Amino acid sequence: MRRNMSLEKNKMPSQEPEVRKKNFLEVATGYTEEQAVDEAKRCLDCKHKPCIAGCPVRIEIPEFIQKVIDRDFEEAYQIITRSSSLPAVCGRVCPQETQCEEKCVRGIKGEPVGIGRLERFVADWHFKHSDTKVEKPKSNGHKVAVIGAGPAGLTCAGDLAKKGYDVTVFEALHEAGGVLVYGIPEFRLPISVVQKEIDTLKALGVKIETNMVIGRVLSIDELLEERGFEAVFIGTGAGLPRFMNIPGENLKGVYSANEFLTRVNLMKAYKKDASTPIQRAKKVAVVGGGNVAMDAARSALRLGAEKVYIVYRRSEAELPARLEEVEHAKEEGIIFKLLTNPVEILPDENKFVKGIKCVEMELGEPDSSGRRRPIEKENSEFVIDVDSVIMAIGTSPNPLIKATTKGLETENWGGIIVEEKTGKTSKDSVYAGGDAVTGAATVILAMGAGKEAAAAIDEEIQKRVKSKE
Amino acid sequence: MNKIVAKRRLNPTVTLMEIDAPEIARKAEPGQFIILRVDEDGERIPLTVADFDREKGTVTIIFQLVGGTTIALNELDVGDYIRDFVGPLGVPSKTENLKKVAVVGGGVGCAIAYPIAKKLNASGCTVHSIIGFRNKDLVILEDEFKAVSDKVIVMTDDGSHGNKGVVTVALKELIESGEEYDEVITIGPLVMMKFVSALTKEYGIKTTVSMNTIMIDGTGMCGGCRLTVGGKTKFACVDGPDFDGHEVDFDEAMERSRMYEDFEIEKREENCRLYDLEVQ
Repeated sequence: MRRNMSLEKNKMPSQEPEVRKKNFLEVATGYTEEQAVDEAKRCLDCKHKPCIAGCPVRIEIPEFIQKVIDRDFEEAYQIITRSSSLPAVCGRVCPQETQCEEKCVRGIKGEPVGIGRLERFVADWHFKHSDTKVEKPKSNGHKVAVIGAGPAGLTCAGDLAKKGYDVTVFEALHEAGGVLVYGIPEFRLPISVVQKEIDTLKALGVKIETNMVIGRVLSIDELLEERGFEAVFIGTGAGLPRFMNIPGENLKGVYSANEFLTRVNLMKAYKKDASTPIQRAKKVAVVGGGNVAMDAARSALRLGAEKVYIVYRRSEAELPARLEEVEHAKEEGIIFKLLTNPVEILPDENKFVKGIKCVEMELGEPDSSGRRRPIEKENSEFVIDVDSVIMAIGTSPNPLIKATTKGLETENWGGIIVEEKTGKTSKDSVYAGGDAVTGAATVILAMGAGKEAAAAIDEEIQKRVKSKE
Repeated sequence: MNKIVAKRRLNPTVTLMEIDAPEIARKAEPGQFIILRVDEDGERIPLTVADFDREKGTVTIIFQLVGGTTIALNELDVGDYIRDFVGPLGVPSKTENLKKVAVVGGGVGCAIAYPIAKKLNASGCTVHSIIGFRNKDLVILEDEFKAVSDKVIVMTDDGSHGNKGVVTVALKELIESGEEYDEVITIGPLVMMKFVSALTKEYGIKTTVSMNTIMIDGTGMCGGCRLTVGGKTKFACVDGPDFDGHEVDFDEAMERSRMYEDFEIEKREENCRLYDLEVQ
């Protein structure tokens, strides 16, 4: 076989910026078979496989890539799903540039292999072409409860179901998927893709009960003592939005990114006939520089905004968003106001947003996060005219489980305290993982934690079984 | 999917429904709320639990026809299903250690005030209920309040039933006549709660209000329900819905409640047009 020694990845086919900024259809349309095989041939199949160590769920990357070269796409899919429960999702939203692809040998000179794009191709190919039925594993008779149907919970549920556990996932919202359905927009991760992944889990025997707010309708103690669950995994995420506590933040037209994106995605407010209202603002400022900020900005644009600003207090180098999201946002015409920090939101006579008052910043010495600390420049105040402001400055773990579960220790900022590598909490038979433990992070890290907890739960229950024998 | 097991029209714009929801009925307490979605693609709206029956496994909701969703909900009948019904949400009202309380309800807010009056009454507390409506056609739950109160005063704006005037007139009279309340609990339109709180502040009577704000998830995720209480931002869904009436910034809350006014009017008109077409 001839390797492809091109220094660049095969380009991802995408909708043109001028077209896509007016619709909610997926931006990247995915590799063709030819492009996928060509990209796969860029892999050197090197001996020490550094990419695997870069993947939080340890996908056997070179092995699946080899199957792509062989055009055995279904087998490639099976290799990925040995490690990942949500390949179509991860191929789309993982920050590969800081994970598998960062470690890729081809990245030393030129671009790394497009591992994420290949993963996505393989998963999409499977859903489109494969009629391989998922087989429901033989039940082992043990019941486990999972709280939260997001990436951490679904991964934990999937891994346990594969081992024969009777798993019930309790979801507070009316739809499973967590941040994948309420947070990440349709143009980046179509709901239909998430739905297919969830259907696969259901076929494995995972039960999903929506509209169940654990902590209110049932407590964790009730699940363990009255409902016959032998272990509980908490994957409740970090859903509590942060605000800046600046004047004007409660004006009409100020949204948390969570609210704005939930209205747009989960509640489908982007459709003209939707029953959930949303403000269709003409000029929007999104405060923050992460993926959520990019998602909110690009959604606002698609809702019809003429000018959308990203207001971020550090410089471009510190933007926490995936590189690809920043590039996409720029291509679509999002205006980046970097080294800029809001100090006040200004009202019109009807208490709607009229503008956002900001100050200019400069970077000082590195702070505890290792990034250079932004410092306010004196007398640098200026106003940006906007009629909506979206706060995308982070989220904290939802406090409901903590407040309603005795014996569950948490950090003072709300994160559940767990043992590393197992996700075991201070409470017997209770495990946790994902953003509920770490604070807002990535889909794949949450999946990694769900995976580790599933292994630990299996080990504990099997140990109990053995001690009874 | 939750089944509607009873439906009753309380007045031309207010409907009562009993919903089969055993898990919620097992846990619900006065002051808590549920969120429902009538159908696929429907909006999520919060409604306070108006009553519950732990044995029968039912939860009662009472709603006013204000927008597209409540109009669609009202179209459903006994035997029909509500697509999504989730709860109980929010912190239950605190009714412990109260000896004498004035419960002040306004309009459809009386539906929320009633279970609190009922619980207080059951705990041996003296309950004076003042319930206010625009006119006699809109009066709801009068008999129910009478059954759980030591005194009931009905007020109507136009005097067509009970006494003429607003609830604060009656409350002021009671206080002036020497009634000493441990607490005033008031639920109704924001402007009413604002004036009740302003009145009780003069007399130094602790006052609890129930903030029925705009919401989506009801679990602390969106922050759409935020309000300022004692200078701090609070979320009605997880920190409330009950708050100290003397600390709430009502003017801001009233502004925020009007965020989607235009949208609601449009939806209501659209639904009415559809209704007219059906009638024709």
